[in-house]
Amino acid sequence: MKDALSALFADAMGSVRDLLPIVLVIGVFQVLVLGNPVAGLAPLAAGGLMVLLGLTLFIYGLKLALFPIGERLAYSLANKGSAFWLLTFAFLLGFGTTIAEPALLAVADEAARVAAAGGAIIDTAESLAEYAFMLRITVACAVGVAIVLGVLRILAAWSLPVMIISGYVLVIIMTTIAPAEIVGIAYDSGAVTTSTVTVPLVAALGIGLASAVRGRNPMLDGFGLIAFASLTPILFVMGFGVLTQWS
Amino acid sequence: MELILTALGILANTALDVLPVAAFLFAFQRIVIGGPMPNRNSILIGFVFVVVGLGCFLIGLEQALFPLGRLMAEQLTAPDFLGSSGVDMRWHDYYWIYLFALALGISTTLAEPALLAVSMKAHEVSGGAIHVWGLRVAVAVGVGTGVALGCFRIVTGVPLQYFIAVGYVLVIVQTVLAPKLIVPLAYDSGGVATSTVTVPLITALGLGLAEAVPGRSPILDGFGLVAFACLFAVISVLAYAQLSVLRAGRSATSTPTTQDSQE
Repeated sequence: MKDALSALFADAMGSVRDLLPIVLVIGVFQVLVLGNPVAGLAPLAAGGLMVLLGLTLFIYGLKLALFPIGERLAYSLANKGSAFWLLTFAFLLGFGTTIAEPALLAVADEAARVAAAGGAIIDTAESLAEYAFMLRITVACAVGVAIVLGVLRILAAWSLPVMIISGYVLVIIMTTIAPAEIVGIAYDSGAVTTSTVTVPLVAALGIGLASAVRGRNPMLDGFGLIAFASLTPILFVMGFGVLTQWS
Repeated sequence: MELILTALGILANTALDVLPVAAFLFAFQRIVIGGPMPNRNSILIGFVFVVVGLGCFLIGLEQALFPLGRLMAEQLTAPDFLGSSGVDMRWHDYYWIYLFALALGISTTLAEPALLAVSMKAHEVSGGAIHVWGLRVAVAVGVGTGVALGCFRIVTGVPLQYFIAVGYVLVIVQTVLAPKLIVPLAYDSGGVATSTVTVPLITALGLGLAEAVPGRSPILDGFGLVAFACLFAVISVLAYAQLSVLRAGRSATSTPTTQDSQE
């Protein structure tokens, strides 16, 4: 109990140190550049405290649950030698963590609004919701496929740079085909997907797997899953744009 | 009262977000591996901490950081503040927004919990060769530069893909030159850097900027800041590794390199 409390306190001090830069930047700009004090300081300060508390608890919980569980599952699955279960796990992990991603939710809604305002889709609540949902499904499938590709790469020891660079070439080719309105959203959705819930779990899977497979270096082979997860959504969303353009 | 209801709603949403992940992990443990989950209690407690922590964090984000970021974007593009009539603006008239974007990108990335988690992991698996703070600062500087350049692109209206294509070429060249050990980590850092804190903040910044600058449309020009942040994080981590190697090579050639001690 005492150990848990001191660990929690250490995480809290870490959060204070992390949050300070944001407070300073906004404060400096508000006071020195804009030259007027922040309106409604009390709710903002309360919100800042919530961020502090949230960061602390999140990191503490992460160490307690997400990292050990993901690593152990990946290790067990890798040692079992069942490629089928491992790849199923990989796809579900990517799809499941992405479909529930808060950052993706926010951006998908934003994208639907902007698409409607630009005349790409009809401006009704239903078509907006449908567009946002389809976008999320597209991105979730893309991340699922990305994790499967990444796991295959770790198992087969394919070259990460070669695969990523091929992906870059595909992105450039797709950009010339895709409608101009989707390009910005597509590029952004690559980085949106890999957020707070997804990153730790996917990183744990990669490192656990690379530690378990003989002859793999966790440093060299364990990372790279997130790189796939931030590349495939760009391709899938541009593909989604091409398909919706035709239908 | 309303605040409590909002808080409960956000907490419920967070739980719904994390629940499928937890359920699917437990199911996999049972079906594929079999047997009970080891340390089940501490893992359950950990999940509760993750949900409550993430929930509090999102409340704080919506209460404080998000409106403040949006407010800053509006204020810094206001014609009154820029001291002009709002017509015939040149790209350099918006210099405050570039400075703000740089500072915002750096500070939000430093506060990113996912990046901290991965940095600790990288420190661990590299046997201490990669420093937690070194990596975080490299990613933060990359994200800051990326967001600032992204704002410049929105103001000038140059198509996004030109910048991205040049960035890709740079990454390819760096991949060839940088130490092999860092490459997968560098590719990952782009996605890691831009998560729940950074994304809503800079998405709002970009869309607000595209609305404020005459002649720009949000759908064509407003997006892309997140993509820039992601790409520049990769570039700067590769550069961090190249610099580390250069410095290590200059200071001592007798001591074994970190790659050797890793084996």
